[in-house]
Amino acid sequence: MYPANFDYVRPSSVDEAVALLQKHGDDAKVLAGGHSLIPAMKLRLAQPHVVIDIGRIATLSYIREAGGTIAIGATTTHSEVETSKLLREKCPLLSETASHIGDLQVRNKGTIGGSLVHADPASDYPAPILALEAEIDLVGPRGKRTVRADQFFVDLLQTAIAADEILTEVRVPVTSPSVAYIKTEQKASGFALAGVAVVASPSGVRVGVTGVAPKAYRATAVEQTIGNQRTAHAIELAAAHAADGVEPLGDIHASAQFRAHLARVNTRRALERALSR
Amino acid sequence: MSDATPYIGRAMKRVEDPRLIQGLGTYTDDLRLAGLLHACILRSPHAHARIRRIETSAAKAIPGVVAVFTGADVNDSCGAVPCAAAIPDLKAPRHTVLAGDRVYFVGHAVAVAVATDPYIACDAIDEIEVDYDPLPAVVNAMEALKSGSALTHPDMGANVAFTHVVNGGSDIDAAFRNADRIIKHRLYHQRLTPMPIEPRAVVASYHRGEGTLTLWTSTQIPHLLRTLLPNMLGIPETKLRIVAPEVGGGFGAKLNVYAEEALCAHLAMRLSAPVKWVESRRENAASTIHGRDQIGDYEVAVKNDGRILGLKATSVADLGAYLQLLTPAVPTLTGLVLTGCYKIPAIRFEVVGVYTNKMATDAYRGAGRPEATYLIERLMDVVANELKIDRLDLRLKHFPAPGDFPFATSCGVTYDSGNYQGTLAKAKQLADWDALMADRKAARAAGKLFGVGVSTYVEICAMGPSKAMPAGGWEWGCVRMEISAKVTVITGVTPHGQGQETSFAQIVADRLGVPIEDVAVLKGDTNVAHYGRDTYGSRGTAVGGTAIVMSVDKVIKKAKTLAAHLFETLDDYVVFENGKFKAPGITAREIAWSELAAEAYLAKNLPAGFEPGLEASSFFEPENFTFPFGTHICAVEVDRDTGEVAITKYVAVDDCGNQINPLLVEGQVQGGIAHAIGQALFEQTIYDENGQLLTGEFMDYAIPRATDIPEYTLGSTVTPSPVNPLGVKGVGEAGTIGATPAIANAVIDALTPLGVVHLDLPMTPERIWRAMQTRTVATV
Ligand SMILES: Cc1cc2nc3c(=O)[nH]c(=O)nc-3n(C[C@H](O)[C@H](O)[C@H](O)COP(=O)(O)OP(=O)(O)OC[C@H]3O[C@@H](n4cnc5c(N)ncnc54)[C@H](O)[C@@H]3O)c2cc1C
Repeated sequence: MYPANFDYVRPSSVDEAVALLQKHGDDAKVLAGGHSLIPAMKLRLAQPHVVIDIGRIATLSYIREAGGTIAIGATTTHSEVETSKLLREKCPLLSETASHIGDLQVRNKGTIGGSLVHADPASDYPAPILALEAEIDLVGPRGKRTVRADQFFVDLLQTAIAADEILTEVRVPVTSPSVAYIKTEQKASGFALAGVAVVASPSGVRVGVTGVAPKAYRATAVEQTIGNQRTAHAIELAAAHAADGVEPLGDIHASAQFRAHLARVNTRRALERALSR
Repeated sequence: MSDATPYIGRAMKRVEDPRLIQGLGTYTDDLRLAGLLHACILRSPHAHARIRRIETSAAKAIPGVVAVFTGADVNDSCGAVPCAAAIPDLKAPRHTVLAGDRVYFVGHAVAVAVATDPYIACDAIDEIEVDYDPLPAVVNAMEALKSGSALTHPDMGANVAFTHVVNGGSDIDAAFRNADRIIKHRLYHQRLTPMPIEPRAVVASYHRGEGTLTLWTSTQIPHLLRTLLPNMLGIPETKLRIVAPEVGGGFGAKLNVYAEEALCAHLAMRLSAPVKWVESRRENAASTIHGRDQIGDYEVAVKNDGRILGLKATSVADLGAYLQLLTPAVPTLTGLVLTGCYKIPAIRFEVVGVYTNKMATDAYRGAGRPEATYLIERLMDVVANELKIDRLDLRLKHFPAPGDFPFATSCGVTYDSGNYQGTLAKAKQLADWDALMADRKAARAAGKLFGVGVSTYVEICAMGPSKAMPAGGWEWGCVRMEISAKVTVITGVTPHGQGQETSFAQIVADRLGVPIEDVAVLKGDTNVAHYGRDTYGSRGTAVGGTAIVMSVDKVIKKAKTLAAHLFETLDDYVVFENGKFKAPGITAREIAWSELAAEAYLAKNLPAGFEPGLEASSFFEPENFTFPFGTHICAVEVDRDTGEVAITKYVAVDDCGNQINPLLVEGQVQGGIAHAIGQALFEQTIYDENGQLLTGEFMDYAIPRATDIPEYTLGSTVTPSPVNPLGVKGVGEAGTIGATPAIANAVIDALTPLGVVHLDLPMTPERIWRAMQTRTVATV
């Protein structure tokens, strides 16, 4: 449980951090809350030569509203998302999801940017990020670019971010309270075996599913099936499509079949809850 | 003496807690010695492989690395890791401290690096190159018995370590001939990882001038180590001091002599510097003993009216690759309480111990008794269901009457005392049984999966009579009334969370009539507690406490002689009451401990032949084990969609004899049930078909957490044990033993409307969901 040797640098701005990333290339790793990176370093699964701690860059931690969207800085902690008054009122799905992440210690340290970049297939945020059609800002040597949520998650532990980029901001829309996140926890780790986020509006619903497949996905078959119907029967029929077209993961904690089943059950429950709110 | 006495029987908070809660406890890893070196161990990634070559030169070249050793360097000087179990015809592989030319399980220690700091030691491990030639691994004990199976230890020629057979009571074949029916069942008691929150840790320090070795180790058994390590290290017992500092959880996992303890001692001597080794969580999961892992086929001979005539058990115990201290003994303990708390006239128990390429199994909270209790309590439900008899009636029908004790069972042991009807009645009352049955009916009518499970258990504590214990089962204790009238108590048991610093002080304070604050209990250091057999098998209070009581009584007797001398009368006229010596009718004078202790140590006015001082020590040899018992009732609701189990009610009534401190009893029961919840619902150690450990850390091995624990309703009855003067039995393992079958029976009861008659442990949501899908029996 002792990491290999590494150098530690603490840039004070995003530009400085990007310059450091450029300088050290593959030898460097960004450190935010450290709750994915440090465990990997202690097991020596990750052995960066340089650790670039962005945790003290003051301008990266905020939650603010501007013109119908809410912008969240990359190093905003899960606790801050969970307890933000602004989010609770105007985008409660994100707060609800954050409350399901790990335990208090994890939520006090882990950050939204770190969670998204790490892209653990069983992490919670990807489900609401997809269902909310969030936008993600990445800053690198070539400047800033914005990536849509459905383009961000590429594969197991892989995202659209380049090695020399830093995730700086996540933007989510203001929503009605008709949202819900339902999660079945993997018993040991507490991560999601199947986590389903639903955003409902009169015109339709959007469903994001995490934990089930190598990357989180939008359950488009569910969305299309339910359309603007709202009956229990319609919910039941739509939820049955929650794992359509995906190849579920299977391991000692849940077989592929069971994960797909949980995706369907939790989709039904999340739809019921969101539509009752 | 204050108004609040007697202390015995009071729910007192533990004196050890303030230091532990404030982070002021000293654990092994807290020790800082000048010039301390750090060891890190390279472990096998293969379940079975030949080692072709080990290259250590790159590791040795790292600045700060002091030494790198392989098996070839240390095995000859370190001796073999001992197994103390006396099993006839036991076949045992030589268990060297580091691997020789083969590795036999994932996590098998291959090499050790010693460096000036732990980071460098780990760097060194990364630079050791091992050329492995992987071999077929044996991972399933049942498969291992088939002819043509690969061999765990090819040089031993077979995978079977031993076969242990017990035929008890009346003629078993006659019982089966006379039966109306024979009910058969297979049950699997899965492998578990103890996962103490503090992993193992060792610091060894050698004093070259004195030739003495001090070993601090996170262990339950410093005294057994002092008995067994001399053989390994070639150092006399008299030059060896073992200290168990605070121990952050044992549960049986630290009731062992581990290779690393001998290795660190050897390194400290060889390098003339203190050496520390602290196990990582991954090492703990792979290389500290596992528990359970018994699969069995059981047959019950019954009459149609429910009478059980006999029980046959044929089980296979998966031992892992090596024998640790008690590995082969644990499954044989199952045979001692096979019949549970029932009169079953004939038994046959056969257990085959099998080697596999996995970590060794050994004693884990309950050790052998949880296996027995699970099987008999599941079987009672199976029999009741099959014969359509009420499960409580079936149990009651087979209970011995309170007047039948001491009760000799067909398993060959004699239960000391009991009132099984009493705990069952009280548990029913606390659970509001009739209302609970009505709730079940209503829930089922509403389409819910609601179940109620019961287990009535008996177990073996106070281990034990020396004839039955490999290393002796006595205990030692010492009590010293100091010159200051403070009291030092030294116990040979090594409490590590059980709370005997508190309960022993309660016992002594009452008997001596002193405030409890004046009593200090010392333990866990062989230079302080010279003798002891340590803590396991719920023996601390029943055996260790008795040695203390005997010593207190000797001190009082001696003090009376001195008081008589001071009163100028005979011993017989002296009365000791409430901490004061009096001689009613002879003098109005009273002598308090402060005066008497001063006289005893200043020794100006002693009776002729009277030795100064007020100290006595005693060895207590128990004549029998004790047999605590109880009834657990559990209600669950199963989620029809997800298979998740919610425990909606939990009632436990335990009888551990007299209770010194009911708060500690309750704590032990609570923790024990928590362990059982883990085993019943989610804990399991999993190796894949190649012998890779898939549950090697907390991300994959689920232990119970606060949110898994329901509200308990705990009650007790008191049936004192006649085998020790305190009338106590023991309670450290009872919760774990009694609760697993109660929970399992409840889950199966919940699924009964779906036609499910059995499920294997652990009853995970997926396993339950699958059973709901197929509505058939799911077995291994
Ligand atoms: C005990 C425990 C339980 C947990 N339970 C859950 C759970 O239930 N659900 C869940 O979703 N998660 C869980 N987590 C993971 C937790 O949410 C992590 O905090 C999160 O995955 C990573 O965020 P971090 O800020 O800690 O990132 P770090 O660990 O610091 O970094 C993670 C990765 O992202 C990169 N990175 C971080 N920030 C940026 C950035 N702004 N730009 C570019 N790259 C960046 C790092 O280089 C690294 O590769 C748990 C973690 C632990 C330790």
